[in-house]
Amino acid sequence: MTAVDRPSAPPVRIHAETRKWVGKSIRRVEDPKFLRGRGGYIADLVTPGTLHAAVLRSPHPHARIASIDTAAAVALAGVHAVITGAQAAELTGPLPDFGPDPANHPWRCLAVDKVRYVGEGVAVAVADSRYLAEDALGLIDVEYEPLPPVVDPEAALADGAPLVHETLGTNCAYERTFDFGEVDRDFAQADVIVKDRLRWHRSGGQPLETVGAIADYDHATGELTVHTNSLSFTSYLFMAAATLKIPANKLDVRQVPAGGSFGSKLFVTKPLVIAGMCSRAVGQPVVFLEDRVDNMSNCDHHGSDRVYEVELAMMRDGTMRGLKIDTIDDYGAYIQFGVGHHGNALAQVVGPYMIDSVRYRVRAVLTNKNQQGAYRGFGSEVNNWMLEQMVDKAARELDLDPVEIRRRNFIREFPHFIPSGNVYDSGDYDTVLDKALALSEYDHWRAEQAKARAEGRHIGIGLITAQERSVFSATEFWFWFDEPGAPVTSMPESVTLKVDATGGITATLYSCAFWGNSPETMVAQLVAEEFDCDPHDVAIVYQGCKNGLPATGPGGSRTTVMLAGAVEGATAKIKAKALRAAAHLLEADPDDLEWVDGGYQIKGVPEQRKSLADIAVMLHLFKHSFPDDMESGLEDSKVFDHPYTTMPSADRKDLGVFYPFMGHACHVPVVEVDTETGGVRILSYAAVHDCGTLVNPRSLAGHIVGGTAQGIGTAFYEEFVYDDDGQLLSSSYLDYLIPSAMEVPELAIGPG
Amino acid sequence: MTEKHRITVTVNGRAHRAEVEPRTLLVDFLRDELGLKGTHIGCEHGVCGTCTVLLDGRSIRSCITFAVQADQAQIRTVEGLASGPDLHPLQDEFWNKQGLQCGYCTPGMLMRACEILEQNPDPTPEQVREGIASNLCRCTGYQFITEAVVAAAGRMRDEQPWDPTRPTAATTVSEERP
Repeated sequence: MTAVDRPSAPPVRIHAETRKWVGKSIRRVEDPKFLRGRGGYIADLVTPGTLHAAVLRSPHPHARIASIDTAAAVALAGVHAVITGAQAAELTGPLPDFGPDPANHPWRCLAVDKVRYVGEGVAVAVADSRYLAEDALGLIDVEYEPLPPVVDPEAALADGAPLVHETLGTNCAYERTFDFGEVDRDFAQADVIVKDRLRWHRSGGQPLETVGAIADYDHATGELTVHTNSLSFTSYLFMAAATLKIPANKLDVRQVPAGGSFGSKLFVTKPLVIAGMCSRAVGQPVVFLEDRVDNMSNCDHHGSDRVYEVELAMMRDGTMRGLKIDTIDDYGAYIQFGVGHHGNALAQVVGPYMIDSVRYRVRAVLTNKNQQGAYRGFGSEVNNWMLEQMVDKAARELDLDPVEIRRRNFIREFPHFIPSGNVYDSGDYDTVLDKALALSEYDHWRAEQAKARAEGRHIGIGLITAQERSVFSATEFWFWFDEPGAPVTSMPESVTLKVDATGGITATLYSCAFWGNSPETMVAQLVAEEFDCDPHDVAIVYQGCKNGLPATGPGGSRTTVMLAGAVEGATAKIKAKALRAAAHLLEADPDDLEWVDGGYQIKGVPEQRKSLADIAVMLHLFKHSFPDDMESGLEDSKVFDHPYTTMPSADRKDLGVFYPFMGHACHVPVVEVDTETGGVRILSYAAVHDCGTLVNPRSLAGHIVGGTAQGIGTAFYEEFVYDDDGQLLSSSYLDYLIPSAMEVPELAIGPG
Repeated sequence: MTEKHRITVTVNGRAHRAEVEPRTLLVDFLRDELGLKGTHIGCEHGVCGTCTVLLDGRSIRSCITFAVQADQAQIRTVEGLASGPDLHPLQDEFWNKQGLQCGYCTPGMLMRACEILEQNPDPTPEQVREGIASNLCRCTGYQFITEAVVAAAGRMRDEQPWDPTRPTAATTVSEERP
């Protein structure tokens, strides 16, 4: 056990037993505009007269930039400016970077003195159209002096390896080993040590819409307005203002719907900065929209790329004791989010199993590749895969059934603090497993498997029982350091609710707009639940970062919890004022009133009531009908801070609570492998998830199918392949294979 | 400057005359010249199907088609599906079944689904899957899209006979651009 005192259990919410809207699979409020082709995505907002920027990308993985000649490009009719990396470095500062020691691996919107991966931008051309901007790129003459690339992450750690960043003096951007619990004791007492070396290759979100930004710098006011499909970490956008060398209160970043993200639009500042820099330089609105090759080679959001050496200490009866994880993670040329990916892993490092001790060693390595960012799970999903591989291997070595070894180790008492310090608030893993086994017809398939084997066919049955953490805390980005530079703790989310004079409700959101999740539907359902209205009658608007309330946006599976907290808080404030107003209008004591069906009424006297509309019209228009201290209007906001974060211990033997809500899932795929061709056919796929309270079950089911499709892609088809020379071989959808409807099976989806 | 070509393209029943550079892509012509932003750009190399429109009744990738290749053609885009306040049965069933998440592939998927149902008004789910395999969706895993297309097919056969070649009220006006 660790030396720290455990904090109290996370907050338990008591939900109303009967709900009108929460839990209903209503049609999404966002959809009509998308169905009509009126989504208003970033590319749709480009107006005539807007100039277009295009970025010249490096064909070399590692090379010094000897010279850049832009004269011919600048001379082309219709070209307004060409800005090289060196010029950009005078116009802008380094990009916002949460990584370790950023001063020694500075990251800029364009490469300055050398390029560090294929696809890194070296210059940007601004022209009347995208066509002309790309013509201009063809006229830029860059002289490169190629350097030997470093591609393999293990080779990158060897003495004498070429350095991605000379000033850093090493390609190891970060290394740390954490010990949680009595690791050596548990391994010494174990009957069997199961060992494996595992490799998780690089894939990524690849939403069908790339990242883009439309920037409009006003020299009269010094204000820069940017529309972009990547507004998140709203409260941290002052860092982008610093990059652009403008005051934070002169930057307004406004959110627009995004055509998918899966993490890859999380805090993407490079297109924003490029467009902003160009607009300021030419004095006109400028749009920069990544094309597909930009996005695949230069999006800064490739997924995890890990080598694992793992040891699982087991007793002969199948009991798990301890876990040693040694991972090398290939971050590419920069490390913008530090090793937060491994913070995600540590939130659920032991999965759903009773494992007493964990040693976690991570080495974050820099290579000549596009850098890592976020991809669905942010590194936690890789830990899930690694752990389930180890559990299956242990089952084979101990001759145990894969179901049985999991049952023998499930955590069954909650709240449960895992060795890293994080908490599992609740769960019922046996029930999820039972439901998944039934839904998947597990016994049937085991029989089919045996029958097929006798016929020389090969059917495999997969089984995973895994965790899905929810609501990240900022601590996971800095508990890696004994003396963190910026031990921030705020990751809030805000909502403003306004009841107009007719009783209509508008909710204002302050972070990322819609990006395929459905924040508007979710908020509308929650508002409808609180105020007894129709969710399709709730209006949702967004406020950009300027003059907006504190907000963070999606990421770390937090949106529903955080927006729900903000809606609940704003509702409480509005209802308190409405109650007081109703009591005044009804000449009654507030304690004698109750909220029933969209209004306040005297308990037991339903005819003595004021609807929300009755109250709202009075508060908006009849100030003198109320006591002097009552202000006009009916509007309020809630800044909802993280509901439950605890600090790491000074010795980092306990990292505190940083992901306080833990979902659980069991998936059972059945596949047949053609051993001659290697072809895999999915015969059946069942998934059961326990997510707690559901707002819109069909939306969740859609995300389970979609997430599973991406998992199938990662397992069978998708990979960012860099060859030994550092060239990106899969830089189009001809080579980076996204599963089509023929590769994704029909899923059986069960409730938890 | 490259010489421009005069083309006439009929989009959702309206004839448009325009002068375009030979290299202008059809998707850019639709979006930038005609203001029809519903046809989206995804991969820009003809793989993902996001830019799918119907050209003389057949689905094509407008990101790898030049506007001049559409001269004298009839084009249908997502903007031609709904009739005023009334959604097309495919749109309505995509809404009912949550056959979309981010919505970016949706216009292309809807146009491809139109073509599938015009060729086979009563497809099995397997036939729908094979049909929409031309178009990538990164969000949904295709399950609810398949359900939506099958459901719309049923409505279009039984409840709301719908002739895709018949101009709707919204598309009968002939408008010529100078």
